[in-house]
Amino acid sequence: MIAKCGTLYRPPADGRPGSGGVWEHSALSSYKPPKFAYRPPLELRSGERRQHTVVVVGAGPVGLTAAIDLAQRGTPVLLLDDDDTVSVGSRGICYAKRALEVLDRLGVGDACVAKGVSWNVGRTFFRDEEVYNFQLLSQPDHKRPGMINLQQYYLEEFLVERARQLAEIDLRWKNRVVSVSQSDDRVVLQVETPDGGYTLESDWLIVADGARSSIRRMLNLEVEGRIFTDRFLIADVKMQADFPAERWFWFDPPFHRGQSVLLHRQADNVWRIDFQLGWQADPEEERKPAKVIPRIRAMLGDDRLFELEWVSVYTFQCRRMSDFRHRRVLFVGDAAHQVSPFGARGANSGIQDADNLVWKLKLVIDRQAPDSLLDSYAEERQFAADENLMNSTRSTEFITPGSPASLTFRNAVLTLARKYPFARALVNSGRLSVPSILTASSLNTPDEESFGGAMFPGAPMDDAPLREAGRDLWLLDAVRDRFVLLYYAESLSAAAAAGLSALAASDLPVPLELMLIVARGGVVPVAAWRVLEDLAGRYAERYDATDGTVYLIRPDQHVSARWRRADGRRIHAALARATGSA
Amino acid sequence: MATLNTESNFKEVGKRHFRAFSPGDDFYAALIDTHRGLTDEQSAVLNARLILLLANHIGELAVLREALSIAREDL
Repeated sequence: MIAKCGTLYRPPADGRPGSGGVWEHSALSSYKPPKFAYRPPLELRSGERRQHTVVVVGAGPVGLTAAIDLAQRGTPVLLLDDDDTVSVGSRGICYAKRALEVLDRLGVGDACVAKGVSWNVGRTFFRDEEVYNFQLLSQPDHKRPGMINLQQYYLEEFLVERARQLAEIDLRWKNRVVSVSQSDDRVVLQVETPDGGYTLESDWLIVADGARSSIRRMLNLEVEGRIFTDRFLIADVKMQADFPAERWFWFDPPFHRGQSVLLHRQADNVWRIDFQLGWQADPEEERKPAKVIPRIRAMLGDDRLFELEWVSVYTFQCRRMSDFRHRRVLFVGDAAHQVSPFGARGANSGIQDADNLVWKLKLVIDRQAPDSLLDSYAEERQFAADENLMNSTRSTEFITPGSPASLTFRNAVLTLARKYPFARALVNSGRLSVPSILTASSLNTPDEESFGGAMFPGAPMDDAPLREAGRDLWLLDAVRDRFVLLYYAESLSAAAAAGLSALAASDLPVPLELMLIVARGGVVPVAAWRVLEDLAGRYAERYDATDGTVYLIRPDQHVSARWRRADGRRIHAALARATGSA
Repeated sequence: MATLNTESNFKEVGKRHFRAFSPGDDFYAALIDTHRGLTDEQSAVLNARLILLLANHIGELAVLREALSIAREDL
């Protein structure tokens, strides 16, 4: 009786509740999922057996992210999916700022934000009063909000549309992998289609086939962790309501005594309501509309009309594979790790897995970095997974206390929270997804000088508004997806400009884009450098930049190294280290 | 005169915390873990000992009286 969290399993094709532990009732009145065309693959038409560079299995948000990112870097990708549509039902709904920044890089950020519901405020209630509220984004001047809520099927639609624009992606629906093996120089896959089976060979395999990963099973790889003995009811409800676009969380509310309830607004006036049911609840009974509707009525407290879009009852677990890399096979997203839904750390961390992996794989494919760079994918993302697991496990303990002592402390915190700030900080209704700060990564170059602020080596970049040639743009949109050197100047002397030109001419192991960020009013052209103006001073503030400060940025927008003075030798060494060549 | 600090005050020497909630969550997790596997009576004993240890560490009776009074509110 196990389901993963945040996003839920697809129901099995025959409609039985499978081993996934999800019992679903589907109406889906407002959304008609698209059917994507299956075409007989080339191998079956011509009998040709081609060696592919990268095969990605699973066209969910994470597999699509990986495929699009690779394609945008010019690598051909074969993307296989055993279905021919998007995933419907109660799946992921919350996409955090960092995921949106990755989606921006893939060209779908605007579509997601336009369709989704942006929010920054969360409110927590205990019994009948509000005890605590929080702001996700405490700083102004970021392009993206702290979080958007969007049904996963819309995200998948936008990603599929984007994938279809890229000639490097061969996207094959109704292609199911039935066996996999690997040797030192290749991965071999057997694939079934409606027209029969065929064999594929690939240099690399990215596994993004979800929590019940069949490839993981075929390779006899284990996932270890904890199953939580509680059941939750998810109801997606369509209704007109003037509740603000905020996350509302209730502990022990009058309308659902002794349990917790979570309310979120999604696109198209669909609301996600998540009721804790307790382990004793009968999942078959609980998902029946006759049982669900009174629960929602009690919560709404009025006679407003609503329609049930989707109902499911689920359990979840927190676990991860011990190693995300097995030679030429790389696991991403739910296939590699699953967390409880409290904190939206499922899809968000999966998108960051792909973000972390793809630039490294590209460098290895192009022989610009050693194969061992891929070990840093496992190192960094296992670290992130552990952080996500720790936070979501702690949230789960607070929301569904596992013992009378735990419940007593939880309620004590909640009774103190309204009046006492220290107790508010302990209220844990989900520590919402933020990217990991990879401070321990072997790819970082440790600071030699002192810096204030939060942009440590390993930190994901903070955004900042800039101006380039009279046009406003965001720092993260300017940096995009390669190695970038950011040089900050208050006013650029001729000598410093000459130094920068010399730096541009030096021979580097990988291409490096050079960006000069100047204080307001300090724009001067320098050959081979992009010049950006820090109009609002946010860059200088967030990066603790003084005249001459340099940051080396990785292609996934994490800080790699920083110095108070540019020095070609040190930049060279840091770049070698960041590409696993040190 | 010393007063009770009700602002968030958890920290760990030598540990860098990147999220404001982390030190408090670290404490809370340690607290719940300490109770794991105990009977309700054992938990009550553990709590009593814990209060005595922490009270002695604080020492200042004005502070302790304030905490005692807040703890009793609404009961």
